[in-house]
Amino acid sequence: MAIKTEPFVLNLGPVHPSTHGVFRMRTTLDGEVVVDMEPVFGYLHRGIEKLAEERTYTGVIPLTDRLDYLASMSNNLAYVLAVEKLAGITVPERAEYLRVIMAELQRIASHLIAVGAFLNDCGAFMTPILYMIREREKVLDLFDMVCGQRLTYNYMRVGGVSHDIPDEFLPALDKFVRRMPGFIDEYDRLLKENEIVLVRAKGVGILPKELAINISAGGPVLRASGVKWDIRKADPYSVYDRFEFDIPTGTVGDCYDRYRVRIEEMRQSLRIINQAMEQLPAGAVRSEVPHLIRPPVGEAYAHIEAPKGELGFYLVSDNSIAPYRCSIRAPSLINLTALRDMVKGWKVADAIITFGSIDICMGEVDR
Amino acid sequence: MEVDEPTGMYVSTTELDITEGKVIEALKARSQQSIPDPDSWLDEELRRNIFLTTVDAILNWARRSSLWPVVCFPACCAFEFITTAASRFDISRFGMEVIRASPRQADLMITAGTLTWKMAPQVRRIYDQMAEPKWVIAMGACGISGGIFRSSYSVVPGYNRIVPVDVYVPGCPPRPEALLYGIRMLHHKISKGSIDTEGR
Amino acid sequence: MTVALSGKEIADKLEEQFPGSIVESSQDSLVVDSEFLLKVATSLKDTPDLDFNYLVAITAVDYYDYFEVVYRLTSLEHNHSLVVKTRCYERVNPVLPSVVSLWRGAELQEREIYDLMGISFEEHPNLKRLFLWQGFKGHPLRKDYL
Repeated sequence: MAIKTEPFVLNLGPVHPSTHGVFRMRTTLDGEVVVDMEPVFGYLHRGIEKLAEERTYTGVIPLTDRLDYLASMSNNLAYVLAVEKLAGITVPERAEYLRVIMAELQRIASHLIAVGAFLNDCGAFMTPILYMIREREKVLDLFDMVCGQRLTYNYMRVGGVSHDIPDEFLPALDKFVRRMPGFIDEYDRLLKENEIVLVRAKGVGILPKELAINISAGGPVLRASGVKWDIRKADPYSVYDRFEFDIPTGTVGDCYDRYRVRIEEMRQSLRIINQAMEQLPAGAVRSEVPHLIRPPVGEAYAHIEAPKGELGFYLVSDNSIAPYRCSIRAPSLINLTALRDMVKGWKVADAIITFGSIDICMGEVDR
Repeated sequence: MEVDEPTGMYVSTTELDITEGKVIEALKARSQQSIPDPDSWLDEELRRNIFLTTVDAILNWARRSSLWPVVCFPACCAFEFITTAASRFDISRFGMEVIRASPRQADLMITAGTLTWKMAPQVRRIYDQMAEPKWVIAMGACGISGGIFRSSYSVVPGYNRIVPVDVYVPGCPPRPEALLYGIRMLHHKISKGSIDTEGR
Repeated sequence: MTVALSGKEIADKLEEQFPGSIVESSQDSLVVDSEFLLKVATSLKDTPDLDFNYLVAITAVDYYDYFEVVYRLTSLEHNHSLVVKTRCYERVNPVLPSVVSLWRGAELQEREIYDLMGISFEEHPNLKRLFLWQGFKGHPLRKDYL
């Protein structure tokens, strides 16, 4: 005699310890197996694009900090690149190198949280994330030294960066860069061949290569599915074409591949920071730009390789002091397009891990 | 100039001294034995393990020493809260490292992030599900007044439109030290409470 | 370096294939008539040496007379990019064809444009509000929202 079961709608609600922010998944379950899933967005929709239309070009920079709040330097960088493209402003060499150093340090800090939260979801309750926050605190101390803030920096400006680094920054950065590979090795020793991580993450939540390209995925999600596409190499911005680094890619596109890609990217970021520190020239850190920037009529799009994917800003100007339209291409929102396909047929716990491995930030998804 | 005749109240200094001396002798005669301690009727062992205090002091000490926060992490301030809970700025020393996902088991809501109108019913629901006594700390500029997003079409201008707030911690985001100072302020507020004014 | 293809050259090729489809073209972008949008997009995706298989972003801008929807395409193989725009002159209930059947990455972005700008997309699998709640009046990113 077969037991009749009915599908059950479970709300993995906006307030949940592992939804990485306020994200809601309406899952239809048959027992423990996910049959269908509908994501609900908008719980953090703050109207940043509309607010940007009533602020000056420089005044939008603090708003961009709060988009992907774990990678504020990258958001600032993408936005000021777009304004500089629109207004035709060049940036001094020293500022370019400082921007690269900050962006790569930010990548390390963001990936530490991404990997830590993913392992938290896997079940290693707080240990990996506490270890990684310990390292992240070192990066945040460096940022604190430079611009006085720990989370939302507002450091980049149109035409350069807001001020020069203090004298104690470079020795501290050197010390960090020399010690960090040892810490990454420590994580690998504990987690890379760990049975539980392998069983939980290998083969789970697979994103095939064709689907990844079709949904316009970006960043580690795209690279873990086997596509070697990194904007720092394909369309270099700032001074990235002067550095040597590799692009780690995965093969299968499961959660384990995404986790490995992020760890390897951290090592590559350290390589870039080393090279940038050696090549750092002296000079001005900001070019002469009027206080109220008034770009000519036109439009510009600038994109960077943010830790979460391709972050792009599309700015339309009508020769006034505020942008006419500031549109943000948010990588986290677009990476989530295939979540339903990745999660169908798996159990609830796997759904949580898959969602965690995509690594989103709700500030960016909802804007 | 004539001086008035002395009335019956006036006594010479020698007589004052004699009266006071008699009071001191009487007190000395009465005080030959020491007054026993209020708890001398208890055994030695019990005396070391029992202390007497008021109900208010005990209750407030217990409540403020283990405030369990509930998960409520909309936006950026959430990460400053998480780093406060991590090993560098430990909140475990205040008994608060147990961040409960279930509001029934929590008594403190630290609102870490911008509140939007879409999220507001959920936050109110979490607050209603918490058991008394409960407190709310509004963290960050967005929690106090809507912050940098105040003029947006979808942002609630401050958590105190939805839930009653006890302590406001300014900053964008507040540093972990600022949050710890806010938590200490809440501890002081709790220690001033009393059971006969509760529920008002 | 991603080569930004010249809007004029692609426009000339497309004009031969679909006469009447190009409204205007310039070095940076080309504007397509909304009725030909799906055909032009299919041709851009399927032609072997164009091969635009990656839709970077879809955005909508409100110029008071018309809405302009901007499609940014890239080819991962050949590493070149193109900007295609289309215009919609309706204010009350603008409708455009959806490109979800070609690039699934358009799904959430078109929903967002519907939510914030009010432009509907035909044949979208799930066109409903994304960020704002059911019952919200108006479309906030329009220039005439209060």
